[in-house]
Amino acid sequence: MVPPAALCIHLCIGQAYAFSVFSLPMTMLLGIRHSVPGDWRLTDIGWIFTLGIFFLGVSAAILGRWVEEGGPRRAMFTAALCFAGGFLISAVGVYAHRIWVIYLGYGVLGGFGLGIGYISPVSTLIRWFPDRPGMATGMAIMGFGGGALIAAPLSVWLLKQFSTPTHVGVAETFICLGLIYFCFMLVGAFIVRVPAPGWQPAGWTPPATPAKLVTTADVHVYRAIKTPQFWLIWCVLCLNVTAGIGVLGQASPMSQEIFPGRVSATAAAGFVGLMSLFNMAGRFGWATFSDLIGRKNTYFCFFVLGAVLYALVPTTGAIGSVTAFVVCFLIIISMYGGGFSTIPAYLKDMFGTRYVGAIHGWLITAWSAAGVFGPVLVNYIRQYQIDHGVPKAQAYNLKMYIMAALLVVGFFCNLFVRPVHARHHLREQEPASSAPGAAPVPPAPTAAN
Amino acid sequence: MSDPRTRKTLPIELILAWGFVGIPLLWGIAMTLASAVKLFE
Repeated sequence: MVPPAALCIHLCIGQAYAFSVFSLPMTMLLGIRHSVPGDWRLTDIGWIFTLGIFFLGVSAAILGRWVEEGGPRRAMFTAALCFAGGFLISAVGVYAHRIWVIYLGYGVLGGFGLGIGYISPVSTLIRWFPDRPGMATGMAIMGFGGGALIAAPLSVWLLKQFSTPTHVGVAETFICLGLIYFCFMLVGAFIVRVPAPGWQPAGWTPPATPAKLVTTADVHVYRAIKTPQFWLIWCVLCLNVTAGIGVLGQASPMSQEIFPGRVSATAAAGFVGLMSLFNMAGRFGWATFSDLIGRKNTYFCFFVLGAVLYALVPTTGAIGSVTAFVVCFLIIISMYGGGFSTIPAYLKDMFGTRYVGAIHGWLITAWSAAGVFGPVLVNYIRQYQIDHGVPKAQAYNLKMYIMAALLVVGFFCNLFVRPVHARHHLREQEPASSAPGAAPVPPAPTAAN
Repeated sequence: MSDPRTRKTLPIELILAWGFVGIPLLWGIAMTLASAVKLFE
């Protein structure tokens, strides 16, 4: 029951990826058919999503330990309240035409719902599936990618139902979505269960000699974030996400500009849809594959294959092969998704199960950083090249090579990841709430890996 | 009263739970595939 419970949460909060559906309608709240003076600009509305992702990272980091210690049900219920509450407050903001109310609603409160919801099922899933932690977390985080596939058509349909010649219908759509998501997330909170202490799948016994990079000990969250391993994995995630997020938002214009006259706006929309599907499928597929080949090797695949594919993209444009271009990006975007879903299992391998949710929360700040860094990098490079006379069809080439270079840096960060030293491991009798900064605890004799 | 952590999940509960998340997800995938087909037209 835990995978569906986790999916209940992630399918809802994954709506964040489809928020752009509201961008255009929200610029016409006063003018209805077109923007008029006093209507919000696209840049104003863009801040709503940016704030949401920023507070996703902030809340996951500062509330990770609270989530871990209080259990998944309390966290999921809180996430439901925050996420749905964000929609309801935003509806008030739309009704009163006050953008700051929406920043507070969807951006801050909704962002907290995103962060708490994102990490809430992670450690529970890992405890239920100690034999296949990658597959378990991949299944949940796949939901975050799939959420947009549901939210986009649902939001468009709701907007159509509530719009009239004198009204756009955004506020009503927000209220409906808030109520639907609240009920859906409550079901997740209701059916989630934690395993009994020491629970193991039938017929499974832990390997007598764990793999070199898989620990059987636990590391406290505040010790984990002081280890070089944490920051190397932080860079691994940040670089993988930066490379993916930079092109994800520009897939539609990029495909049309690289193949002018051959890829229409409608076809480009289809390309974006395919990318969403591969983003979702990659989350499950790559994380499951990581159970077979190990987390470190999975990230090596991302960085080597990703760098090669990015370097090939300019060639696909030069030879005019739309198929090769599409294939390159579908594989790239599957690895972008796979990067998110493989990370919790990587953390579990390095730092143990006990605080994996809280450590994962801190690591999510890498996503927030990449969310700012990636699009800025991509947009700035493209604009710089166009300003200097580079044709639009070739303005993406340098960007692709820079993305490939970022992945090469990520390769070396991953290469330097070593097992955590035993001095960081928790002793068996150490209390779960041991204060950060407490005197170092000598390692348990059996904890070394 | 049995410990909910050790209670075996009934097949009907599993079907309902997976249906609850699977049906909307399949609907979303179908809608996305319908739009993606236009790439190949």
